[in-house]
Amino acid sequence: MTNVKLMQGNEACTLGAITAGMDFYAGYPITPSTEVAEICATELPKIGGKFIQMEDEIGSIAAIIGASLTGRKAMTATSGPGFSLMQENIGYAALTEVPIVIINVQRVGPSTGMPTSPAQSDVMQARWGTHGDHPIVVLAPGNVKECFDLTVKAFNIAEEYRVPVIVLTDEVVGHMREKVVLPEPGSVTIVDRQKPQSRANYLPFAADQDGGVPLMASFGDGFRYHVTGLFHDETGFPTNRGDIANASIRRLMRKVEKAEPLIRDYFTESTDDCELLVVAFGSSAMSSLSAVRQARAKGIKAGLFRPKTIWPFPETVLDELAGRVKRIIVPEMNMGQLVLEIQRIVGGRAPVESLTKVNGELFRPEEVLEAIVGGRK
Amino acid sequence: MSESMKYFREQRLPHIWCPGCGHGTVTGALVRAITRLNLDKNKVVVVSGIGCSSRAPGYLDFDTLHTTHGRALAFATGVKLSRPELKVIVMTGDGDCTAIGGNHFIHAARRNIDITTIVMNNNIYGMTSGQFSPMTPKGMIGTTAPYGNTERSFDLANLAIAAGATYVGRGTAYHAKLLEDLIFQALQNKGFSVVEAVTQCPTYLGRRNKFGTVVDMLNWFKDSAVNVKAAAVMTPDKLAGKFLVGELYNKPDQEFTAAYDQLVAQVQRKFDSFKGGTRECAQNSD
Ligand SMILES: Cc1ncc(C[n+]2csc(CCOP(=O)(O)OP(=O)(O)O)c2C)c(N)n1
Ligand code: SF4
Repeated sequence: MTNVKLMQGNEACTLGAITAGMDFYAGYPITPSTEVAEICATELPKIGGKFIQMEDEIGSIAAIIGASLTGRKAMTATSGPGFSLMQENIGYAALTEVPIVIINVQRVGPSTGMPTSPAQSDVMQARWGTHGDHPIVVLAPGNVKECFDLTVKAFNIAEEYRVPVIVLTDEVVGHMREKVVLPEPGSVTIVDRQKPQSRANYLPFAADQDGGVPLMASFGDGFRYHVTGLFHDETGFPTNRGDIANASIRRLMRKVEKAEPLIRDYFTESTDDCELLVVAFGSSAMSSLSAVRQARAKGIKAGLFRPKTIWPFPETVLDELAGRVKRIIVPEMNMGQLVLEIQRIVGGRAPVESLTKVNGELFRPEEVLEAIVGGRK
Repeated sequence: MSESMKYFREQRLPHIWCPGCGHGTVTGALVRAITRLNLDKNKVVVVSGIGCSSRAPGYLDFDTLHTTHGRALAFATGVKLSRPELKVIVMTGDGDCTAIGGNHFIHAARRNIDITTIVMNNNIYGMTSGQFSPMTPKGMIGTTAPYGNTERSFDLANLAIAAGATYVGRGTAYHAKLLEDLIFQALQNKGFSVVEAVTQCPTYLGRRNKFGTVVDMLNWFKDSAVNVKAAAVMTPDKLAGKFLVGELYNKPDQEFTAAYDQLVAQVQRKFDSFKGGTRECAQNSD
């Protein structure tokens, strides 16, 4: 018996989260993410979970960090203005290594911008929005089914590596309705954080310096440990020692660097023999896929590379492709953000063209096709 | 005190506070109140924001959470809602609580969530070396009020009561026994409790405002504080320039996490409980 359902992206994210074991949600209403909060308010009490509408997004992320420290899988969802408000505590979660998941349904910014129109302009903010060097993982679903799958994956990554994970969707992916075949209950891989076995001599932040992940005790379970956003040694207590801060930052960054080959996720079409590569993610990749197919029909050797993990970027995959294509086009609904990472990886081996769109509308396949055809000598 | 020592992380002492700072006195009063209640160390979580005052939890032998500036109550709300069986205490400064954290403060009070909040009010931003706070009295000097503070200050207790707190008291570092008693009562209220602990920052408030010694500052508290019971029979002009100490409000009401748990039980009676995997989603969302 297959479980086929017509649902929208925001609903799929929420179902994915619940499937992954999410049982604590705190949030503040904002278009176009609000359905996530509404579904959580309805569904979580049924499973004995907790929902709270906080006074703002700063409070929302603070509450989920608090809940995660007591052992729960906790999540919030938001969009541009709310995502901006969350930045300080994203850094707190990164430094204190508290697993949390944030769904950011992107809309046009800056400021209040265009609340009901899609954008992809939080790519850099998702990576670098909070101050200081910090680890983060950002996943970008390109359709409704992926909203489900990548939210499950987001929790698994957050739990395994103790990092904040952002699911970066947009207004179109969030509100689009598609038929989704949901996996059978029990068939989904679910990862839980590693907890210490014994209370004796628990060192809450002791880990292999080469990107190790410390064991995480839950508040209320008798470990009585300290958590602070100051740099801390393996006991969890603050320190001003530069050598410890240095080692901590390097370990935190290394966690995600080491995880990259394991969490890497992407989709390719017609890249085996392609001469022209389109690199696109999220909803821009839908039109790009159609453009690549139309180009193929015209006899143009086009291909699509669609990263689903955008931070860390699947660098080795693009690196290999970059060595054998003649041109790369990067359509994004922003003024050119992910293209910078792509240019860095390609390193001049092929021209990388940025195709930008910031009017709150999706790329039409013809626009991408035009860029493909237009540049052909 | 010796019995109280079991609640301290002795290996973390000495503390970082200046000689004569009142934050230690307030922390002592809290620990003595906890000792009287004989709370289970493993079931207490102490949460703080940022400031000299917010360093207190580091010295206490519980699960302790030193968060971001102003956000202690929001983190604490997550802890308490997630595990209502835990005793959750917030230690915060006047700046942390009433400036950057003011919004979380009124909303925690409005919800009547069972959190005991100790506001260590030294009328100044101590950690950042003496800027005025929303609790700095008019006319006082701060580094950012070099000619005297022109802003009005909050009456924190009235603010808490108006926002919905169900237990509110005020003590001072001079009235240490009263402070302990108020915290003792506050910890037993099932709801949002606030104890304002007026305390001294000799380093930044005292020195700049020429209060003299720490003893002079404590005498200032002694002379300005009027017990709420005594105040009831005093004329307004006798009360001018004074502040009230004692139990200012005590009206229990339904507590938020208990109300939520009741709702969960009701909803669960109506729906089959979730067995894992994916489920039908009742939501009709457009
Ligand atoms: C977002 C943010 N803004 C500003 C600061 C700087 N800061 C640290 S402590 C503090 C004031 C603390 O004052 P208070 O809460 O009254 O505590 P006290 O130090 O007097 O005990 C400020 C402004 C900060 N850490 N974070
Ligand atoms: S600066 Fe003031 S508040 Fe901070 S430790 Fe010193 S005396 Fe206490």
